[in-house]
Amino acid sequence: MINVSKLKRGIVIDHIRAGQGYKIFQQLGLDKLEDVVVLMRNVESGKLGRKDLIKIETDLALNFDVLGLIDPNVTITYVEDGERVQKVKLSPPQEVRGILACKNPRCVTNQERIENVAFRLVNPETNEYACEYCDARTRL
Amino acid sequence: MLKNRSLIGPDDFTVAETDELLGLAGRIVREPGAFSGACAGKLLASLFYEPSTRTKFSFDAAMLRLGGQTIGFSDPLTSSAAKGETIADSARTISKYVDLIVVRHPKEGAAKLISRYADCPVINAGDGGHHHPTQTLTDLLTIRHYKKRFEGLSIGVCGDLKFGRTIHSLVTSFSRYENVRFLFISPEELAMPGYIREDLAARKIPYAETDSLEASIPELDVLYMSRVQRERFISEEEYLRLKDFFILTKDKMALGKPDMIVMHPLPRINEIAAEVDDDPRAVYFEQVRFGMYVRMALIMKLLGLE
Repeated sequence: MINVSKLKRGIVIDHIRAGQGYKIFQQLGLDKLEDVVVLMRNVESGKLGRKDLIKIETDLALNFDVLGLIDPNVTITYVEDGERVQKVKLSPPQEVRGILACKNPRCVTNQERIENVAFRLVNPETNEYACEYCDARTRL
Repeated sequence: MLKNRSLIGPDDFTVAETDELLGLAGRIVREPGAFSGACAGKLLASLFYEPSTRTKFSFDAAMLRLGGQTIGFSDPLTSSAAKGETIADSARTISKYVDLIVVRHPKEGAAKLISRYADCPVINAGDGGHHHPTQTLTDLLTIRHYKKRFEGLSIGVCGDLKFGRTIHSLVTSFSRYENVRFLFISPEELAMPGYIREDLAARKIPYAETDSLEASIPELDVLYMSRVQRERFISEEEYLRLKDFFILTKDKMALGKPDMIVMHPLPRINEIAAEVDDDPRAVYFEQVRFGMYVRMALIMKLLGLE
């Protein structure tokens, strides 16, 4: 078991479905941070069996929409002076802009350059979103 | 109020707004001459980024019969799109010249994009395989004209239910009325998509699925036939195997109610035998005329002329 020291100040993204941690790491652009960031994969979990976990040793404005899109079941804990100060439970966002791209090759958004296309949540169970232009369903 | 609104999808108008529009269309059906000057001085642009002679004629005829005028193109190679202009810029520019835009485009969502940038109302005359709302209005006006009501009707849709855009829109719109019932008649390979069935089930709207046109006909008030389109199939073999699956013949018509009506969005290939055309219940060519009338009503409403 690899031990990672307790966080003094920063953010813990926990209960990430195993395998999704790297995706979150990429989507949040954590590779661009100069602070300490730890991505742990396949950690044993009572609830999930296996889970991924990210610890970020800085205060950062997280994009909750991105997190909710990838895995709405993650928990986010803010830590200060080694103490938990705030815990955030996520849910899939009702609408997202500028994150998803329509996968329908016949959609006008794949022909014209359209900024910030909106996608609305159509199935919270499968995390499926519909394109505002062609209504085709897509997932991150 | 429908003034200055656009019509992009089949649900853009509420049931009350649709009924109001169909009411005006009904008055036009009864007395078309009374509306011959209603759009005098108004100009409609019909932008056909893909050819559709039938739909273009229907809109042009509708505007001309209202005393208005039309400009436009039916070949994108002759438009500024060929020079690489974006759809958004075309919409901004063209809407400065005209009072109303009618657009047909092969890309899904193109009409919505145009409506975002145009200064005038926009009517979607078909955006790829997505929506074709004026076909749905045509269908509703035809049913209302012959059956005098929507409530309580049994409507059978037959043929390519998997890819049939007009059928999906019709089912969605028609299902907003009380006590309607659907019969989906198709081979398994071309069955109604799951999301439409799930939506009906969630709203407790009764429907049944069958692969027998013959067994279904006796209970129907409306039979809506559709074409099995060659371009929807990956292989020619599959197309040839399925295209003749459900052909409406005189013998099958004999099983139907005396006041059943048979509709079709046209063009018909061979799914309705020519021998059926003389049956008074075959209303598919009249349906085309209702298409023009309902477009007349729509143009008047969006321009606030009624």
